[in-house]
Amino acid sequence: MATLDEAVPPGEVQDAPADPRRRDYLAIGAVAWAGVGAGVIALPLINQMSPSADVLALSTTELDVSAIQPGQSIKATFRKQPLFVRNLTPKEIAEADATPVSDLRDPQTLEDRTKPDKKNWLVTLGVCTHLGCVPLGAGEGENKGPFGGYFCPCHGSAYDTAGRIRSGPAPTNLTVPEYEFISDTTIRVG
Amino acid sequence: MSFPWAKQYEPKHPLMKWVDDRLPLPRFVYNAVGAGYPVPRNLNYFWNFGVLAGMFLALQIVTGIVLAMHYAANAGIAFDSVEHIMRDVNAGWFIRYAHANGASMFLLVVYIHIARGLWYGSYKAPREMVWLLGVVIFLLMMATAFMGYVLPWGQMSFWGAQVITGFFSAIPGVGETIRVWLLGGFAPDNSALNRFFSLHYLLPFVILGVVILHIWALHIPGSNNPTGVEVKSEQDTVPFHPYYTAKDGVGVGVALLIFAALIFYAPNLLGHPDNYIPANPLSTPAHIVPEWYFLPFYAILKAFTFDFLWIPAKLWGVLAMFGSILLLFFLPWLDTSPVRSANYRPTYRIFLWILLVDVLVLGYIGGAAPTPAVILIGQIATIYYFAHFLLILPIVSMMERPRPLPNSITEAVLAGKGGTSPAQTALATE
Repeated sequence: MATLDEAVPPGEVQDAPADPRRRDYLAIGAVAWAGVGAGVIALPLINQMSPSADVLALSTTELDVSAIQPGQSIKATFRKQPLFVRNLTPKEIAEADATPVSDLRDPQTLEDRTKPDKKNWLVTLGVCTHLGCVPLGAGEGENKGPFGGYFCPCHGSAYDTAGRIRSGPAPTNLTVPEYEFISDTTIRVG
Repeated sequence: MSFPWAKQYEPKHPLMKWVDDRLPLPRFVYNAVGAGYPVPRNLNYFWNFGVLAGMFLALQIVTGIVLAMHYAANAGIAFDSVEHIMRDVNAGWFIRYAHANGASMFLLVVYIHIARGLWYGSYKAPREMVWLLGVVIFLLMMATAFMGYVLPWGQMSFWGAQVITGFFSAIPGVGETIRVWLLGGFAPDNSALNRFFSLHYLLPFVILGVVILHIWALHIPGSNNPTGVEVKSEQDTVPFHPYYTAKDGVGVGVALLIFAALIFYAPNLLGHPDNYIPANPLSTPAHIVPEWYFLPFYAILKAFTFDFLWIPAKLWGVLAMFGSILLLFFLPWLDTSPVRSANYRPTYRIFLWILLVDVLVLGYIGGAAPTPAVILIGQIATIYYFAHFLLILPIVSMMERPRPLPNSITEAVLAGKGGTSPAQTALATE
């Protein structure tokens, strides 16, 4: 294949343009600027898909936990997802502490997953980390699974009393959302 | 392009001549699906399925546009609006059942269309572009079908959306951010439902566009045929109209009979009862399964239960599931045999049948509860699926000794073997 330059018949005067030519500069500049414009316009088109203000407004939830007795748990809603708040019994705390951390798929201690001096309050999302089902175990009489915590009926992931993954396909422990105790009996999640 | 002997469009009426001089649209149609398109004379009924897929796409668009006139894409009332269609809208039950079962029929004929392409080597040179565009259509169909299934906002809709968008959370690092961006929230809700509806309305028209490209690309080399031997002369072909319009008409009749039987006698056969329960973000159905046409891919997703090479099981599953479809893009280059039709490929043929069984097994596993035995079978079937394309196909292509090909389509037809279907070949070899 002949290149364009070689294709010029011999004998014809080749008008060698200055390199780079002024016209190239203008063309590249104009197209580049149009590209910047397209990029700027694309931003709101992409960003409109992010959670809107009313969705984000739900991203903080306050909960009164005073009525939850040891051994009980409640299902609340946080960001339209289930939230489990559980008041662990001393036995459940002991079980969680007795588990060697090195045996865990996602090594965390109960202390890592609770607030200082509030070791009995386990606050997790009720969303299985496998494919997002709601595990059982927070409701009265539900199957708590072989490790006494939560049990996901979809693909059989079992969580212990600290909400840590112990068996089944889920990759990580139940997510502990950001939260804080704003009084002894009230938590603010998010 | 066409063969030199293709009939030329000759407008008879002065008005048509006037139109043809200014916008040759009738000429375009004549050359595409009329008497101006010469087609191999030996096509069997497996060549109906392209037209059938086109018909079901058209039916889905028509019923879908009508349903959109009555449906409300708002998480608060979506479920009720679907019940309103079922109970209050005149013939609403019929239109909705036609749309829901039409999706199944569309996927069914497309699966047969793909299998036809695999058997007769329709993906090979010079038709690679036809195949690549076909895989694009298939991907678009899967996205459209999934988003359509979310719209009734029942339990399966909601939890299907949760699980499928959860795939994106498997991406390391940015996965959760992407998932939240796609959903417009932290869990499927009104924003997700609205955008799914918008895209569910858009994508069929994108599919239509790619279908036009698919047919355009097909008409450059012309249709493949059961012998896989290229057209050599005019006597190898017949005009598309009236020969194959008539033959396709038979297939259309049969397909519509099956379609009607589904709509009128078993409209919920392929659906899930759980989807007649309104979406409840706080309660998961005991057994989440996708629609039947996704089951083989769901089985591949579920086959990965262990971490391997620093990659977590969940990411493996997602990669394998997408990989199982993206692999099809490479098929024209994985199969290096110069012989197209499996009718003349004694070894390839056996492995193709095994692949078909393998996909059916995956389909069963995808819908089964995950007991240890089911997981193991799913893993073996998944390995086989990938092995077929990545190992068996290249090796068979090199080792296999194909049967002698006929010199021409006409010779094969006159010898009585022109339009052999897989079943006939299987019988003949036994």
